[in-house]
Amino acid sequence: MTIGKNLTVAIMDPPYESATTATALRIIDAALRQAQVVTVFAYEGAVSMTMKAQQPHANPVKGTTVEQEEHPTTKDWIAGLFALARQTGAKLDWINCGLCVDERGAGETIDGPRRGSPKDFFEAVKLSDGVIVIPTH
Amino acid sequence: MARFVFVESRDPYECADCARFLDLVGGVRRRSHEVTLFLVQNAVLAAREGASHAGGYSDLARAGVAVVADAFALRERAVDRLASGIEPSGIDRLVSLALTPQTRVIWH
Amino acid sequence: MKILSIVDTAYRATLEEQDDTILWLNHALRNNGAEVSILLSGNAVNYAVRGQDAAGLAFGDRRVAHPPRLDEDLARLIAAKVAVFAVEEDIRERALPADSLVAGIEKLSRAGIPEAIERFDQVWRW
Repeated sequence: MTIGKNLTVAIMDPPYESATTATALRIIDAALRQAQVVTVFAYEGAVSMTMKAQQPHANPVKGTTVEQEEHPTTKDWIAGLFALARQTGAKLDWINCGLCVDERGAGETIDGPRRGSPKDFFEAVKLSDGVIVIPTH
Repeated sequence: MARFVFVESRDPYECADCARFLDLVGGVRRRSHEVTLFLVQNAVLAAREGASHAGGYSDLARAGVAVVADAFALRERAVDRLASGIEPSGIDRLVSLALTPQTRVIWH
Repeated sequence: MKILSIVDTAYRATLEEQDDTILWLNHALRNNGAEVSILLSGNAVNYAVRGQDAAGLAFGDRRVAHPPRLDEDLARLIAAKVAVFAVEEDIRERALPADSLVAGIEKLSRAGIPEAIERFDQVWRW
C-alpha cells in the first residue's frame, strides 16, 4: 500500500445501466489496495448503488433459480469493498449526495455509506493526492 | 511539464466526438507533457489489430503517448491482438497513475 | 486549486431536475469556496442561448412548476465570478445566433484547449 495516499472518485451512473458501474467499482477496489483513504462521491443515479432493498432474482431464460443465478447486486459488491477496506486498513468513505438520494427515494442503504453534499466532495478533493471524476452520458 | 491521464471509455464507432478527444490528447502531448491514454470498456474495440479506427491510437503512441488498454476489457471482448503501440495493463495502473503527484485525470 | 469543469452533455434530466445538475453542482462547489471555471462544449454550448423555454409541461394534472432556465443559471454563475468558456467551433457548427448568447461567456477555440487546461490543477469532464 502506498502510505498516506488519498484518492477521491466521483461517480454518476446508476447501476444496471452502463459499463461504467463495474469499472468504477474495479477502480475503487484497486484503490483500496494502494491508497490509505478512498473517498467516493456518488452523485445522481449512482446513489442507487447502495440501496438496501436491492434483491437478486432468478433467470427464466437460463432456467436458474435465485440461488443458482447468484445474481449480483451492487450493494453486495460495495459491501465487499467495505470489507476489503477493513482488511487492508484503508478507509473507504462512501458519500451519497443527499439531494440525489431524496429525489430517488434511495435513503435506505447498506451499512457504511453516508449522506453528504458537494461540500463533502470538495473537502475530500482538497485532501486528495488524486481525483477521478467519471462522467455519465 | 505536467502529467495527464486521459481515460477513453467510449468507442469511435458509436461516439461522434471520440476523434476530438484524441485530438485533445495529441494536442496536450505536443505541448511536451507526459501523457497516458488509458482505454477502458468499449474503447478497446478500436484497439484490435486491423480495426478501422485503431490508427488513431497507434498515431498517438508514435507521438509519445503511452497508450494502455484495460486487460480485463480486452479479455471481456476477446481482443487478442492489439494494434501497434498499445499495451495491455491492469486497472491498478490507472489508480497508480492517478495517485502520482500533479496528475490530472480526464475521463471521456 | 483551480478546477475546470467541462460540460458537454446537454438537456439530460433537466426537466425533472429543474436544473442542469452539473451547472448546479459547480455552483454549489463555488459556494463552498472552490475556484471553478466551466467549459461548455458539444451540445452544452446551446445552454448559452438566451430564451430557452421549457415551460408548460404537465403530466396529467401535475404541472412542472419551475422549468429549468439554463441561460439564467449560466448568467448567475458568471455573476458569481465563475469563468464560463464555450468552444467556438461548437457554437459555429450549431449556428448559435451571436446576438442571443448570454453575456460574459468567453469563446475558446478547440486548438486552444490543450494550452488552456494547463492553467488548471483539476480538469473534470461531467
